[in-house]
Amino acid sequence: MTNGWSLIRIATILVYLFLFAPVAVVILLAFNANQFGSFPIEGFSLRWFDSLLHNDAIVRAFKTSLLLGILTSAISTTIGTMAAVAMVRYDFPGKKAISSLLIAPILIPEVVLAVALLLFLQFLALPKSFGLLLMGHVVFTLPFVLLVVQARLVSIRRDVEEAAMSLGATPIQTFFEITLPLMLPAVMAGMLFSFTISFDDITGTLFWKPGGVETVPTQIFAMLRNSISPEINALGAVMVIFTVAMPLVATAIARRVSAARIKASKAK
Amino acid sequence: MAERQHAVELRNVVKRYGEFTAVKKMDLTVPENSFVTFLGPSGCGKTTTLRMIAGLTDITEGDLVIRDRRVNDLPIHKRNLGLVFQNYALFPHKTIFDNIAFGLKYRNVNKADIAQKVKSALDLVQLPHVADRYPNQLSGGQQQRIALARAIVIEPDVLLLDEPLSALDANLREEMRVELKRIQRELGVATIFVTHDQSEALAMSDKLVVMKDGIVEQEGQPEDVYNNPSSAFVADFLGHSNIFAGTLAEPSGETAPVQLEGGTTLKTTIHQIERVNRQQNIRAVIRAEKIMVSTNQNPTSNDSTSIPGRIKTVDYLGQMARYFITAEGQDWQVINPIDQHPFGEGADIFMHIPARNCVLLPGHHD
Repeated sequence: MTNGWSLIRIATILVYLFLFAPVAVVILLAFNANQFGSFPIEGFSLRWFDSLLHNDAIVRAFKTSLLLGILTSAISTTIGTMAAVAMVRYDFPGKKAISSLLIAPILIPEVVLAVALLLFLQFLALPKSFGLLLMGHVVFTLPFVLLVVQARLVSIRRDVEEAAMSLGATPIQTFFEITLPLMLPAVMAGMLFSFTISFDDITGTLFWKPGGVETVPTQIFAMLRNSISPEINALGAVMVIFTVAMPLVATAIARRVSAARIKASKAK
Repeated sequence: MAERQHAVELRNVVKRYGEFTAVKKMDLTVPENSFVTFLGPSGCGKTTTLRMIAGLTDITEGDLVIRDRRVNDLPIHKRNLGLVFQNYALFPHKTIFDNIAFGLKYRNVNKADIAQKVKSALDLVQLPHVADRYPNQLSGGQQQRIALARAIVIEPDVLLLDEPLSALDANLREEMRVELKRIQRELGVATIFVTHDQSEALAMSDKLVVMKDGIVEQEGQPEDVYNNPSSAFVADFLGHSNIFAGTLAEPSGETAPVQLEGGTTLKTTIHQIERVNRQQNIRAVIRAEKIMVSTNQNPTSNDSTSIPGRIKTVDYLGQMARYFITAEGQDWQVINPIDQHPFGEGADIFMHIPARNCVLLPGHHD
């Protein structure tokens, strides 16, 4: 019995090591002073981060990714939230079909989606553009926002909104005064999701990006084809820290805000 | 200008959902300052009617008039109604103060007046010190008081209460019932109260509207509806009744004999005979608490009937007991106060039924 459990324990630890060791290695090597990545690390240095900052292509890719991520999350969150409200609060013909259609992008393999959008563009005889890339990312991240916000909205009782309207708030005022604040955690979560997914995405981005435009993942991909430069380790480390830290910081802020609110009310 | 009589008027109001008719040709008036209760089992259309008055549900046919204005097409936020829900529906992210002040914000009330009005609303519901708290920091009963304060602070034309006491536990419910009635009297606001609880309905209403299957079965003062049910449904829904089919014989003097199906003969009054237009086939309704059980065979008065019977089961309720009795082949139920000890199971007793407690209904339909 005890043996069986310790076997499972060891297996679990090994699996996690296998999953996370490469990430740890990348981050460690990013601080390696030596040109060639090897263990043990020979000296600690930030030179690769410094050279990142002076690599125009990487800085440009980072700016592109950031802009793309921010626009994607803004558009996805807006549309996704509105769609969630429609799905949960209203009845209209074809509701089920539209709902499946909106969720479909996470069920379809990304390559298929990528090729389909590209072919559609060719059919319309339109060139690739940043707008198309953005559109692709929105389509791809929309289901995440929709699902998260929908789940939250279901738990917000309709009578709270009805109470607000009975007190004189118009439906739009009710949305901004009552519904939106109550589902804000889910909206924020959806926003974070769509940002990180967009920021990390490579498959769709490779298909959709116009010539000359690179995002951070495609930039890394391009650099890897030439050589394994330690700069990539540094860039990888930045990516990891960025995408891990952002949700953590967001959660911490959310906690702080709600704790402050409760404290304020208790103090009185 | 003539004094307005009705706060709310429903004229031939119909609500259909596809094939299903939830409310059928409803005609109803809610007088100013009065407390009107919609009572009925679930699915009777009482909540649908309330939601139509509130503007939360469209009206299929007919007119809804609030204070002499037809409001069918007026959206809810323009109706000036106070609405209280079963689950309080307070805004969880707003303080109690902001909850109550919510409606005032849309009425161009200045800040000083808002503070003053919120304060007096809190005083009215006897929770003067909770303004800075959040709803989840209050008990269910307190939350419902806040919901009430939020609804009345806007000085609504009509106060609509959708089973506001159902989520509270029994003791609190009775306390809130008294409280609610006191507040309504104090403000004099016309109030519509929806409930499936007959004791709430009887205790609070100026006018009781009993509904079933989208139809008003009976309306009137609670006492009148209780004593003179106009249908078997009302008789059975309000309290416990014994209902038997029977035939009416010629009256003699002030009373007339009623022959019940099982062979039992009761006496009823001339007044009851008039109520059924001297029809022959009738149904007799005898309320469970209007029969007196005793071991004494002699009638309590000369217009009452004594029927010998045997107690099958006793349901002990504290100060009352409910007896299930077999008498002349029929099953009866009787609720009597207990004098020291209830009668035992298997006891031979007599049921005394005064003629005025034998209410008649027409025989066939419903």
